[in-house]
Amino acid sequence: MSKYEALTGDQAVATAMRQINPDVVAAYPITPQTETVEFFAEYVANGEVTTDFICVESEHSAMSACVGASAAGARVMTATSSQGLALMWEVVYIAASYRCPIVMSLVNRALSGPINIHCDHSDVMGVRDSGWIILFSENNQEAYDNVIQAVRIAEHPDVLLPVMVCQDGFITSHAMERVEVYDDADVKAFVGTYRPKQSLLDVDNPMTYGALHFYDYYYESKRQQAEAMERARRVVLEVADEFNRKFQRNYGLFEAYRLDDAEVAVVVANSTAGTAKVVVDNLRAQGLKVGLLKPRVFRPFPAKELAGALSHLKALAVMDRSIAFGYLDNAGPLFVDLAAALALNGIHIPMADYIFGLGGRDIKPSEIESVYRDLLRVAETGKVERLVTYLSVRE
Amino acid sequence: MAQLKGWREIPIGGVIVEAGNAVEYKTGGWRAFRPVFGQAQCIHCFQCWLFCPDSSILVDAENEKMVGFDLDHCKGCGICASVCPVNAKVIRQAGEKVNRDDPRLCIRMVEEGKAE
Repeated sequence: MSKYEALTGDQAVATAMRQINPDVVAAYPITPQTETVEFFAEYVANGEVTTDFICVESEHSAMSACVGASAAGARVMTATSSQGLALMWEVVYIAASYRCPIVMSLVNRALSGPINIHCDHSDVMGVRDSGWIILFSENNQEAYDNVIQAVRIAEHPDVLLPVMVCQDGFITSHAMERVEVYDDADVKAFVGTYRPKQSLLDVDNPMTYGALHFYDYYYESKRQQAEAMERARRVVLEVADEFNRKFQRNYGLFEAYRLDDAEVAVVVANSTAGTAKVVVDNLRAQGLKVGLLKPRVFRPFPAKELAGALSHLKALAVMDRSIAFGYLDNAGPLFVDLAAALALNGIHIPMADYIFGLGGRDIKPSEIESVYRDLLRVAETGKVERLVTYLSVRE
Repeated sequence: MAQLKGWREIPIGGVIVEAGNAVEYKTGGWRAFRPVFGQAQCIHCFQCWLFCPDSSILVDAENEKMVGFDLDHCKGCGICASVCPVNAKVIRQAGEKVNRDDPRLCIRMVEEGKAE
């Protein structure tokens, strides 16, 4: 039987980790991910899990230890934020290229500088091309559910890629919410036992990880990695279907909220999607045909499906919590990806980008409403006045 | 050179599944300096064999003799010459600068392409 608990986002992730009981966790604490590591260390100390918990001296070591443990055939998890992810960056790429099915909770926090500890998405956007599967979570429940699904996605024999589960620093990581925690046995049954096809500890079949690949084989290795990412498109949905059936949820590639008959819509990831839903409801009550699309699977990017879901709109806005500096008037990465996805699928809708919430700047319903008001005007005129708007920045 | 495999044929994750295949990788071409064995001076102490990072010291195990170098794999790092106690003795007794290709040395390093 599942039960409802009041958990912070960090605690929800730690709870999922306790239920998954990975073989190895190597992590270094960093705000706002710290609680996850603290709670998990407590589970280890209490004997509630049998995990080997490795206290490392930096995030570079954390990811390195994860790669080593994964190559040895262990089920491995970790968690980090912002500078921690930046420090482990080179090993993040290695984890993907060695095809280590590591699951990492990334609690999104602005990258320095200036130094900051609050939420934005500059950290995850720095590793969007690293070869990791990337999932977004609106709230604590989704963070919990995504971590459980991530294990299955990562370890699927057709995939074998690491998975990063994102949630917003402080906004969800430190906010207590009602979370439905499933029965330990049900989660255990869902994630199953990890049976690696190969292991460094298999002394009867000795093998080498991390060998040099020159111009003769590096390229083939990368081509193979691209294929795994393509296969992940199907596996993410298969795992979601099974999860939905077992736990009565509704996960897919993205969530379409009052989108079917909408004339204008906003695309926004993570916690702000929750705020935007309230705005959509308010505007709908006024008879305005507005909707929302909340991406869940960011890598692999579901370009075709997104284009299909948005094709009927008269105007579209993306809200980006980071900047792709120097690209298209300094638009955000989500906008850039989506603009390409729509264009390549022959969908031409007037669209604009709204940068918001950098370094944890609060985003208010009234500001999201202003985006919808802009869109309704664009829908009438068919003209986008400004490609990129900085919401709630002081002039 | 063996036929190169396509991306569908190689093991995933860049793993090498055949054990002990480093021997197939000929690294001798990396050398700038080649070790040359002065058989007459050798005291067969096996210091070079012990220290060689590429297992390139050839020995006659039965008779406990150092016999030469595996030049297919030796990268010419010169560690064998550095750790050789006979070399040390020659340098000490010479009382002058001893070049690395000095014929008095037990293991001397000769520039690749030059005659011994």
